[in-house]
Amino acid sequence: MNAPLPVTDTAAPQRVRQLPGPADKPPAHITVRGLYKNFNGSVIYENFDLDIPRGKFVSVFGPNGCGKSTLINLISGLIPIDGGEILFDGKTLAETRIGYVFQNYREALFPWMTAFANIEYALKLRHVPKPEAQERVRKLVAHLGVQIDLTLFPYQMSGGQQQLVSIMRALVVEPEVLFLDEPFSALDYEMTLFMREQLQRIFEETGTTMVLVSHDLEEAVYLADYVLLLSRRPARIAEYQMVPVARPRNDATLASPDFVELKRHCLEIFQREVRGS
Amino acid sequence: MTRPSDRYLPFIGVLALVFFWYLGWAMRVVDPVLLPPPHAAAIALWKGLNGGKLYADFGFTIWRTIASILIACVIAIPLGIVLGASERLYRSVEFIIDFFRSTPASAMFPLFLVIFGVGDRTKIYVAAFGAGLVILFNVAYGVMNARKTRILAAQIMGASRWRVMMDVVLMESMPQTFVGLRNGISLALVIVVVAEMFLGSVNGIGHRVFEAQQMFDMPDMYAAIFAAGALGYGLNFLFLIFEKSFVHWSGK
Repeated sequence: MNAPLPVTDTAAPQRVRQLPGPADKPPAHITVRGLYKNFNGSVIYENFDLDIPRGKFVSVFGPNGCGKSTLINLISGLIPIDGGEILFDGKTLAETRIGYVFQNYREALFPWMTAFANIEYALKLRHVPKPEAQERVRKLVAHLGVQIDLTLFPYQMSGGQQQLVSIMRALVVEPEVLFLDEPFSALDYEMTLFMREQLQRIFEETGTTMVLVSHDLEEAVYLADYVLLLSRRPARIAEYQMVPVARPRNDATLASPDFVELKRHCLEIFQREVRGS
Repeated sequence: MTRPSDRYLPFIGVLALVFFWYLGWAMRVVDPVLLPPPHAAAIALWKGLNGGKLYADFGFTIWRTIASILIACVIAIPLGIVLGASERLYRSVEFIIDFFRSTPASAMFPLFLVIFGVGDRTKIYVAAFGAGLVILFNVAYGVMNARKTRILAAQIMGASRWRVMMDVVLMESMPQTFVGLRNGISLALVIVVVAEMFLGSVNGIGHRVFEAQQMFDMPDMYAAIFAAGALGYGLNFLFLIFEKSFVHWSGK
C-alpha cells in the first residue's frame, strides 16, 4: 500500500494526463467516452473520457463551477448528456442499479414517511414484496450498526441522522454504484467528521463503487482511493491521483506524512488549475 | 416569556367586549331596541339553538356549505392536479382563474339564478364556484412547486412518471392543498350566508339574521350573527386540527 508518491514536475506544469483512468489501471466499472455537455452555449464537457474503477472510492475535486456535480449528475442520468457514451460494465444506465445521495437531505427525503418507510420505499419501487423489503431494511440497519430511531419522521431527526437515512435509502437496493453529491456540506463540522467515519465504514463493509463530489480537499483525499482533479471548464482531468493510504483511516492518518504530502500535491494541482495557467 | 396564566389572555378581549357592550347599553349610546343587552342575545342564542328555529337554520347552513365544498373538491382537486402537472397548461388558463377568483362571487348571483332558479342548488353552486377556484389555484400551485430534489430522488430510485406523480408530487402538494381547502371553506360559508339572505331563502343562518332584522327582533339577530361566527370559527378550527394531523410535515 505504500506506493511511491508521484513527483510533481514543476518544470512542466502543462503536463496533463491524457489517459482516462488512474495510473495503476484497476478494472474499470464506469467508462465515460467522448462526453459532451453544454449549458446555454457554454461548453462544460467536451471529448471527456474517464474510467471509474470497480469497488473503489473516487473523490471528485476541482475549481468552483468546473462541473464537479454536473459530472456525477450526467453519469447518474439526472441531467441528460448532449453527446458521448457512458457505460456501467458495458451496460446502459437503465440496466444498472445506482444510488444517489443529495447534498440537500431535507429536500431529498420524504417528510410524510417515517425514516424506515423512506428506506423501504426504494425497495417498493423495485417491486420487492413488503415483508421481504422490511426484512432487508432491518438487515441493512443491523449490518451498518446504525443507532437511530427509524420510526421518527425525517424532520424529527438531526441533519446527520437524516443524511444517514438518505445513504441507507440509496444503499438498500444494493446499488452497483453510489454517487454522493457534497453529502456533508450542509452539516456542522462535528457532524461532518462523524459522517466521514460512517461513510468510510459503509464503504469498507459494502465494497460498493463510490463517487463522491466534495468541496473539501481534506475530505476528498481522506475518503478516496483516487482523487479525480478537474480543470476549469471545459473540464479536463488535471490529475487522477491514487491515494495509497491504508484503511481504516483515522485521525492519525490526517497527520501522517504520506497523507499530508498527497494533500499538498493535490492542492498544488488545484491551485494551478484555478489560476488556469 | 410565557407565564402559566397567559393561556387566559384570550378571555380578556371577550370580557372587554361584553363589558363595553353593557356600558354602551346602560349609557344608551344606541337605541336599546337596536342594542339589547348581551344577556338578552345570549338567552336568544340559547333558546334558538335548543329546539328553536336557529337550530334548524344552523343545520341548513352547514349542509349547504359542506355540499358546496364537496362539489368544489370533486371538480377542483383533479383539475388542479392536471393543470399543475403541466406548467404551460396552467399558464394558458391562469388569467381566467385569477380573474374569476378575484370576481366577488356575489356578482355571480343573478347569473346563477337565471340558470338554476331559486332554490338550494343556486346557493350551493355559487358557493362551490367561489370555493372551487380558490382550491383549484392552491392545488395547482402545490403541484407546480413540488420540490425538484424529491422528484429527482424518486426518479433515480427507478420511479416511473406515474409513480412520481402519485407518490411524490401529490404528497408534496398536500400542504398547499389544505391551505386552499381551509380558505375555500371560509369563502363558501360567506357566500352561502349571503345567498341565504338575498336569494329567496326560507331557512339558513343568513335567512335568520335577515328575518330577525326585518322583524326588529334584535336579540334574535345578534344570536344568529354569533351562531354564524361560531360556525365559521368552528369549521376553521376543526379543519386546522385535521390539517395538523394529516399534513404533519407541513412547514417543517
